[in-house]
Amino acid sequence: MAGSLLQVEGVETYYGNIRALNGVSVSVEEGEIVALIGANGAGKSTLMMTICGSPRARTGRIVFAGTDITRLPTHEIARLRIAQSPEGRRIFPRMTVMENLQMGASLDKLKYYAEDAEKVFSLFPRLKERINQRGGTLSGGEQQMLSIGRALMARPKLLLLDEPSLGLAPLIVRQIFDAIRELNRTERLTVFLVEQNAFGALKLANRGYVMVNGRVTMDGTGRELLASPEVRAAYLEGGRH
Amino acid sequence: MAAITSTAAPAGDNLLARALREAFYAGLIALGLFFLLVGIKTDLNIRNQLILVPRWGLLATVVALVAAGRFVTVAFIHPAVERRKAAAATAPVVQREPGFVRRNLAAIAIVLLAVFPPAVMYVSGLQGSLKWIDNFGIQILIYVMLAWGLNIVVGLAGLLDLGYVAFYAVGAYSYALLGTHFGLSFWILLPAAGIMAAFWGIILGFPVLRLRGDYLAIVTLAFGEIIRLVLINWREVTRGSAGISGIPKVDFFGWFTFNVSDPNYIAKVFDLPVSGVYYKVFLYYLILLLCLLTAYVTIRLRRMPVGRAWEALREDEIACRSLGINTTTTKLTAFAIGAMFAGFAGSFFAARQGFVSPESFIFLESAIILAIVVLGGMGSLIGIAIAAALMIGGTEILRELTFLKQVFGPDFTPELYRMLLFGMAMVIVMIWKPRGFVGSREPTAFLHERKAISASFTKEGHG
Repeated sequence: MAGSLLQVEGVETYYGNIRALNGVSVSVEEGEIVALIGANGAGKSTLMMTICGSPRARTGRIVFAGTDITRLPTHEIARLRIAQSPEGRRIFPRMTVMENLQMGASLDKLKYYAEDAEKVFSLFPRLKERINQRGGTLSGGEQQMLSIGRALMARPKLLLLDEPSLGLAPLIVRQIFDAIRELNRTERLTVFLVEQNAFGALKLANRGYVMVNGRVTMDGTGRELLASPEVRAAYLEGGRH
Repeated sequence: MAAITSTAAPAGDNLLARALREAFYAGLIALGLFFLLVGIKTDLNIRNQLILVPRWGLLATVVALVAAGRFVTVAFIHPAVERRKAAAATAPVVQREPGFVRRNLAAIAIVLLAVFPPAVMYVSGLQGSLKWIDNFGIQILIYVMLAWGLNIVVGLAGLLDLGYVAFYAVGAYSYALLGTHFGLSFWILLPAAGIMAAFWGIILGFPVLRLRGDYLAIVTLAFGEIIRLVLINWREVTRGSAGISGIPKVDFFGWFTFNVSDPNYIAKVFDLPVSGVYYKVFLYYLILLLCLLTAYVTIRLRRMPVGRAWEALREDEIACRSLGINTTTTKLTAFAIGAMFAGFAGSFFAARQGFVSPESFIFLESAIILAIVVLGGMGSLIGIAIAAALMIGGTEILRELTFLKQVFGPDFTPELYRMLLFGMAMVIVMIWKPRGFVGSREPTAFLHERKAISASFTKEGHG
């Protein structure tokens, strides 16, 4: 599929001698929401971090918007407008909400900072109420919103989300998923998200991939995967959120 | 503490009895502990034999002090603290508008520091003011500057540096060597020493880029020791432990100097009585200006991209990279700028002493500077300045406390207990104010309004 926004081809990633990704190929088209689901330890987060260059892929190729980013350092990958809301959110705990957002806007030297901040606040009004509060004192859901908001401040072409629903109340998860859908619809923002919450993620996504033990075992549209008996048996039965 | 004890009114018999009992037990424990440590001293007699010298008087004093301390704590301080806690719990939380002093603290401090030398000279005369301006003023300000410089590395960028004194040494030796060999002026060598130290900051920065926390601390500690050992052993250049003496004094941009033999000596130019005070006063204002420069640069940098990147780096390095921040250059600039200020301070130190030797750049100096930064509250300029004044001024004050000789006997030299008090003060501060004197961090980004955030909001459980 030439012309994909993000193209991951046969990537293998190792932690020391342990192979975490075993020939993974994934592609994300412009304007799509793509979900990657799988169990704990399947290598979902590793794939996300490999796209960002840390750890680096040992073999294979990662191409973003025509540029080979396989060997680029993380900060240069980010400068190509791949923004990430990483696993564990990783907001800056001692900095205020506003400062966190400002850090996200450092790529453009704060040129569109005020305007983009307002956009984030209209997406997540809760953040505006907490504007001068320290990141570390926010609730888990607010931290997740801040993490996504900070990523959006970079005006990304591709937004990577690592488990945005982790540890959050169902109501908050719905708010966050709604916000992602909204962004995709109004701004045509391309989103690649990793989720354990397979039901929610596949309902949100246009397409999905299923990962088992460092390999992609299935792919299809969100609807197809939701209907597939294997996916239902492995990830959905008894786990309907 | 006297203020607290005087308010303790309803101390019942019960409480007093308990206090007396606890004081007695504390005294017993102290007796057991200090019997061998303080009460008996080993010594050599005239025939070179080891003998025991009893010091019962000193032992009695120590035990009495412990018992009295326990009595006061139980009878007065504890009830007062309890009452305060109860009062604080019932009183409604009011957001008080900070007063005039609070709001203009920095300006007031600068004015006070500026009028300090003339005030002291007025009060204690030309000769009498020397001690206050030199031992207190200049000494404290040197440490303020060093601590503010280290604050950039440790407080803002979060890189634990235990070898900071190495850059101080680089600055001092740069001025000492270039000044004595080539006769260059202080005003040329001050920036040169800063650049030199910054260069060494980058040299140290490169190998430790991948390290964090404990590992970084150990490597920087080793770096500090390497510099000191080079200074001791490279005798051809540094003259080893003997040090370099005869370092030229600072002149006033060639207008007048502070050497009595020079034709344009300050006293001759202005027709004043000959005195060493002028040079000290001049040095005082010089270091004050250098301090203000450090503070200004730090405040400005915090609002610039690189300063914000430092703080973000301290918080989360991985998140920084994913936001497109080049952590390599961010760390190197922190090391370089922090080192540069140490270099400035070092060349000032050399000019003030007229003599440098490796003795002045031992690990203890790094530890003291780091302790000042931590006690003051990492990142807070005001807090660090207060900590420096207390730590350095406090140890200098100890020399003045001659009345303690009456309590502990004529052999007692209070300044020997400097480190003990230092340690105790640190423990106490860390119990009461675990984030240092000024624990709050002034935010730098605002959408509309400006609001300081108190330390009570910052105790997050970081997960």
